Amino acid sequence: MSRIFVPKDVAALALGADAVAAAIAEEAAKRGLAIEIVRNGSRGAFFLEPLVEVETPFGRVGYREIVADDVASLFEADFLSGGDHPTCIGKTDDFPWFAGQTRLTFARCGIVDPLSLDDYAALGGWKGLKRALALGEIGTLEEVSLSGLRGRGGAGFPTGVKWKTVAMAKADRKYVICNADEGDSGTFADRMIMEGDPFCLIEGMVICGLAVGATKGFVYSRSEYPHANATFARAIEIARAAGHLGPNIDGSGRAFELELRVGAGAYVCGEETALMESLEGKRGIVRAKPPLPAIAGLFGKPTVVNNLLSLATIPFILAEGAQAYADFGAGRSRGTMPIQIAGNVRYGGLWETAFGVTLGEIVETIGGGTATGRPVKAVQCGGPLGAYFPVSLFDTPYDYEAFTAAGGLIGHGGIVVFDDTADMAEMAHFAFEFGAIESCGKCTPCRIGAVRGREVMEKVLEGRGGAADLTLLEDLCETMKFGSLCALGGFIPYPVTSAMTHFPDDFRRAGLPAAAE
Amino acid sequence: MAAPSPWDATRAREIIDAHLELEGPALPILHALQETFGHVPREAVPMVASALNVSRAEMHGIVTFYHDFREEPAGEHVVKVCRAESCQSRGGREIGDRIAALLGLKWYETSADGRVTLEPVYCLGLCTMGPNAMVDGKPVARIDKVGAARLVEEVTR
Ligand SMILES: Cc1cc2nc3c(=O)[nH]c(=O)nc-3n(C[C@H](O)[C@H](O)[C@H](O)COP(=O)(O)O)c2cc1C
Ligand code: SF4
Ligand code: FES
Repeated sequence: MSRIFVPKDVAALALGADAVAAAIAEEAAKRGLAIEIVRNGSRGAFFLEPLVEVETPFGRVGYREIVADDVASLFEADFLSGGDHPTCIGKTDDFPWFAGQTRLTFARCGIVDPLSLDDYAALGGWKGLKRALALGEIGTLEEVSLSGLRGRGGAGFPTGVKWKTVAMAKADRKYVICNADEGDSGTFADRMIMEGDPFCLIEGMVICGLAVGATKGFVYSRSEYPHANATFARAIEIARAAGHLGPNIDGSGRAFELELRVGAGAYVCGEETALMESLEGKRGIVRAKPPLPAIAGLFGKPTVVNNLLSLATIPFILAEGAQAYADFGAGRSRGTMPIQIAGNVRYGGLWETAFGVTLGEIVETIGGGTATGRPVKAVQCGGPLGAYFPVSLFDTPYDYEAFTAAGGLIGHGGIVVFDDTADMAEMAHFAFEFGAIESCGKCTPCRIGAVRGREVMEKVLEGRGGAADLTLLEDLCETMKFGSLCALGGFIPYPVTSAMTHFPDDFRRAGLPAAAE
Repeated sequence: MAAPSPWDATRAREIIDAHLELEGPALPILHALQETFGHVPREAVPMVASALNVSRAEMHGIVTFYHDFREEPAGEHVVKVCRAESCQSRGGREIGDRIAALLGLKWYETSADGRVTLEPVYCLGLCTMGPNAMVDGKPVARIDKVGAARLVEEVTR
């Protein structure tokens, strides 16, 4: 029986994948053909979606940008045997955009049926957990440390160090939290795993729980991701029924429970202490550190808080060994990064690769430049609190240290491309506006500073600003950078000052008549 | 979307009780109340507060802190338009303004006839194919001028 893959990833759904799947089923029935339609996640090349694939004896063959109206002609072209068609991209694995990647964290995403335990096991699933159980706590912690894995949520903190701190803390109860509050514009990697390879996250969290002595895990996701949440909730049920979660994990005698929680539209709840407040049922207000969450976290107990990608990379590290992961990368940035190429870009999507590729290669070669065909003006890296990079910095290698040296940050791996029509003063205004909307209000530099910054930028945008206002902005950024309690207020200066430094002309609008409207 | 139920204290009590076993049940309770009643009814707030042993003021603070929780019922259709950077880089600001103008609504406003609520959202994770929106929980991508008009027509029809 032919196996046909029609993605169920929300991006594919937005482009009509459900109608495609229905049309394929209908056409097959009409022709009396037995087929199995698998609703996989996305392989991450969103410019190909809906990407329909067919399993053939020589591998999976892909058909790009399929709409329901294409379906009859696909059958005519005998696509069930990989037949040629104007939409055919040949063997999917050989398509250059896929062939050029190193997929470790995303090895299965878009390949498997996300809710099939058979598919998961067939492609190496649970191998990492098995090895972790054999290695024991200390051996597992050692592997995570040796892999060089650093947190993929923003700060790049060594995961092994965090886990060891929690493992050493003495307490009657400990927690593992997966931070899936993926609020950064230009990022969708966490979402893709929840939709496309949820068991991988579950396996990573179980390994973490066993290693640090935690018996309960929470995945804190966002309400903006209803599809991901539905798939992940189902995956938890399936894993529990099969004994991969619960009182006796895979017959080991060890317990670990997992619960999905959904936020309520507050960006700041991605900050780990605000997240824990929110999980406890309070307002998502940032806590002062110390104490570190690793010592006194959720409900005052030692808690690992890791980004979803950090946790979803653990099964590979345990299954293949720390060295297999550390062999990739550059300098102190080991392994691979699922880079999310977004915005005004021709070939947008998730591209996992070893650290060290340059920003220019990512944008121009892999991303194919802008979608509009106009010149690139700026690239925002690392979400709303990340810096705008001009084209002159395109030789910056994609690694934590090089990005810091260039005045930016990698963050969660998002890259948003802007063409030459972008107005960087508008973007600086937006950074303050976003900060003002999302500030938790705990500290003055951020709460007042973001509002003040927005007001000054309004003046600048209306052409009423002078040199004194730009100096005021610089001072304000200085105050926010050093006086804010967390990185929301502390990092708003990144987009603002990078825009001012690299695109000063956009901030000189004296020629404009005041209040043009 | 299922139509919201009218206020029913017994139902609210059942929803609250069903979640009390959870660790930190406040958000799951508020989500469930909003799911059932279309918003977090004013009458429910003191009930949740006493069940969780926090003050009414504290509970009110929690409800208002989170952008998602509504104190008033939403319209029949909820249109959430992405206003974040990646969509902006693809013309999202103009498209969002256009949708607002076609609906004749400001952000966070519900039309007088109760048909449509317009809200901003900051990223739907569809960033390579903006401008994007979520209409009644369904994703809509690559919205151009024609798409904006179609979207508005569908929710006002
Ligand atoms: C305003 C703000 C928002 C954040 N949002 C997220 C987020 O959505 N996901 C995430 O993993 N980390 C986010 N972080 C970083 C977390 O505080 C924390 O560092 C991270 O979850 C730790 O996991 P990691 O070590 O695996 O990166 C945010 C931080 C700040 C200040
Ligand atoms: S910097 Fe902003 S978000 Fe962070 S604690 Fe202060 S007020 Fe809250
Ligand atoms: S920025 Fe609009 S979907 Fe991500």
